[in-house]
Amino acid sequence: MSSSSESPPPRQFWRGSRLGATFTLLLCLPALVPLVVIVSAAFSPEAEVWAHLAQYVLPEVVANTVKLVIGVALIGGTLGTGLAWLTAMCEFPGRRFFDWALLLPLAIPAYVLAFVAVGFLDYAGPLQSWLRDVFGSSSWFPRIRSTGGTIFVLSLAFYPYVYLMARSAFLTQGGRALEAAQTLGYDRRAAAWRVAIPMARPWIVAGIALIVMETLADFGAVSVFNYNTFTTAIYRAWFGMFSVSAALELAGVLMLFVLLAFMLERRSRTAAHFSSSRDLSREAPRMQLGPLARYSAVCMVGLVFVLAFALPIVQLLFWAFTRAMSDLDARYFGFVARSLFLAVSAAVVIVAASVLLAYVLRRRPTMLTRSVIRIATIGYAVPGTVLAVGILVPVILLNNFLQDLLRSWLGASAPVLLLQGTLLTVLIAYLARFLAVGFNPIESGLQRVTHSIDEAAIGLGVVGGALLRKVHVPLLRTSLATAATLVFVDVMKEMPITLITRPFGWDTLAVRVFEMTSEGEWERAALPAVAIVLVGLVPAAMLTRRGAHVA
Amino acid sequence: MSSISMRRASAMLGVLGLAVLAACSRPPEQLVVYSARNEQLIKPMFDRYTAETGMPVRFVTDDAGPLIERLAAEGANSPADILMTVDAGELWHAADRGLLQSIESPTIDANIPASLRDPQDRWVGLSVRARTIVYSTERVKPEELNDYAALADERWKGKLCLRTSKKVYNQSLVAMLIAEYGEEQTESIVKGWVANLATEPFSNDTLLMEAIAAGQCDVGLVNTYYFGRLLREKPELPLKLFWADQVANGVHVNVSGAGVTTHAPHKEAAQKFLEWLSQPEAQALFAGLNLEYPASPAVKADPAVLAWGDFKQSPMNVAKAGELQSIAVKLMDRAGYR
Repeated sequence: MSSSSESPPPRQFWRGSRLGATFTLLLCLPALVPLVVIVSAAFSPEAEVWAHLAQYVLPEVVANTVKLVIGVALIGGTLGTGLAWLTAMCEFPGRRFFDWALLLPLAIPAYVLAFVAVGFLDYAGPLQSWLRDVFGSSSWFPRIRSTGGTIFVLSLAFYPYVYLMARSAFLTQGGRALEAAQTLGYDRRAAAWRVAIPMARPWIVAGIALIVMETLADFGAVSVFNYNTFTTAIYRAWFGMFSVSAALELAGVLMLFVLLAFMLERRSRTAAHFSSSRDLSREAPRMQLGPLARYSAVCMVGLVFVLAFALPIVQLLFWAFTRAMSDLDARYFGFVARSLFLAVSAAVVIVAASVLLAYVLRRRPTMLTRSVIRIATIGYAVPGTVLAVGILVPVILLNNFLQDLLRSWLGASAPVLLLQGTLLTVLIAYLARFLAVGFNPIESGLQRVTHSIDEAAIGLGVVGGALLRKVHVPLLRTSLATAATLVFVDVMKEMPITLITRPFGWDTLAVRVFEMTSEGEWERAALPAVAIVLVGLVPAAMLTRRGAHVA
Repeated sequence: MSSISMRRASAMLGVLGLAVLAACSRPPEQLVVYSARNEQLIKPMFDRYTAETGMPVRFVTDDAGPLIERLAAEGANSPADILMTVDAGELWHAADRGLLQSIESPTIDANIPASLRDPQDRWVGLSVRARTIVYSTERVKPEELNDYAALADERWKGKLCLRTSKKVYNQSLVAMLIAEYGEEQTESIVKGWVANLATEPFSNDTLLMEAIAAGQCDVGLVNTYYFGRLLREKPELPLKLFWADQVANGVHVNVSGAGVTTHAPHKEAAQKFLEWLSQPEAQALFAGLNLEYPASPAVKADPAVLAWGDFKQSPMNVAKAGELQSIAVKLMDRAGYR
């Protein structure tokens, strides 16, 4: 990774990049194997189940999935970008608080937010009951269990991914770019639309890609709305019709869909180049808003915060105190410690892997490495339980192979292997699932470290490790922190992979949520859910403080 | 990389290595249970068994689907002795894939009725989950109610609430209806239900009952323990259970149950444990933890449960629900039951 004075090499498929490609493949292996398992199983179709699905299930779920993805991408993307713009570029009362508070919804699992929203806003919920008491009818109230309601709640749950990414883009360059644009004669609004937001595009798009994948993979939240999507069809084929192969086939189709979307997005920005206009020596001044704009900004930001975090957390706390306090015992130290251990380890492993991959891609941006990495990040769009089984099965087969080998050497005294129930497997599985979450922010961030920066540094005699330490790390710090936070919080909330791969007795907070919700005891699930939020707060607070200092 | 982070990284690797090694050691004499029944409903049973017999029980909980795939992939190397689920269909499915083995046990045969066991004795029901009609005492008289099929009557138009067809309890209920009425008639019953719906199906039984209490609809179908749980929290709700189909077939029941895995490392111990679970003392605790009905007719249910009155259970073997489940799911898709 030392001296890199040549201009970016032209696109090449294979030449001169054998090492990079091999390295990429090796790092991506844990993520690629389950996808291969899923796709290969999809080649043994069950014609009868497939025909039924095609006639009665697919038309509805495809339409629903498309509506949901577009809706969440639009609303979640707009919310995330707009809020990031306000907190990163403007000055208004409470900005310092909202700067990090707007991240907090990240820590509330989407299915929990969905359950709280449905419980509160549905016909029998407190709001409509109150409306009926006062006005005699609540029939005009929009139905929460509908396409619109599902989009609304998922957007509130997922916007922080875009917020975090866009925020880091604006913090690292927006202000300076705006100043430059204004000296060129653009007014402030035009400068924002023509310069700052387009320059932040890789971040915003990478954030929207994350929420699209998360929406596609979601099962828990859409189930609460009983909203049928591709994912619910997969589970229906699997659990309802006992047809694992039909389920995997559907998952394979879903993955192709995601790949296609990636390719389209890629094509749409191949011509664009992104660079840094960042002046490390000083921070750009924030925009001072007029009185009306300031008032609207506070209202807007406050409303999102209340809907996405304050109200749900009050409801959860209420349930936790009224229904679940008897569940709180010394074991919770263990649940919290294990959740923390897994989330921190996963953040370290995944961020490290993402950095390595991003550098390979930067040095050797061939079609092959790019495609391999893109495919490897699809795990984030695959429904959790499907991916969990896709990871588990090859690990078990490896375990069986090693076990047979041991038996043939040592006979009956051979030790019993159980790779599938080890922390190593848990972490490998997390890597397969969350590579996108680590990779997307870091890849976007690395685009800011232009080759001309490298050249300038090398010209000054800063090379090798010093180049990384003195130039790259400071420039990437916000991206690294973003990636680590997202992975940390996502792992805290992760359920299906943790459930099936955890060692005996390795219960985490998310596992506790499962134990309660699996028999419909949602109120009791509030206790571990609140604990997830509290533990998730720590990185969110750390991240924004760091971001504020650095940028 | 600085030396501190290197040290940290190698410490991490060390921990992971230890975890792998720990997993490699020879397992002591213990039972391993893969359970889709959640921790708070099974751990008290395991603890008591360990206290009585000295046999430790380890377990891992998850949904039945992933547990069954894990069991299948592990094959002869599986550490699992017992698979426990909350639905007969899943047990049927596991047995169908050859993952459970027959056990011969006069104790279990004596304690648990044949309709709640696998005809080939590969699994046994341990508690009974009854799915029946719940109604608003303010707007419905019990005389207006009859069986599941009658809820398709036009008189219930706009007054019926159902839970999603994704839930296995509804799938096995429809499977039972198929066994009783045949596919064609069942499809028209389910279509009738859908036509009568007051609102989109709910994601769980509790929301459904709250909707009835709030006046969104008048009748619905629920598992009785959800009713018990809700009424324990809010005894003032104007809701009551009605035992469906008492003249002819009886109330649809499902089971939470368990079977010994085909490659169980401790087969005898596993069978002993299932026998212990089928005995009166364990039966009362097992069902009582969740306000379910004991599978053993010799054991009385929890007093709160007994208060709902006696009822006739469908005598059909619960395995039938698993056998017909995929047909039921397709039928519900055709009928537009979401």
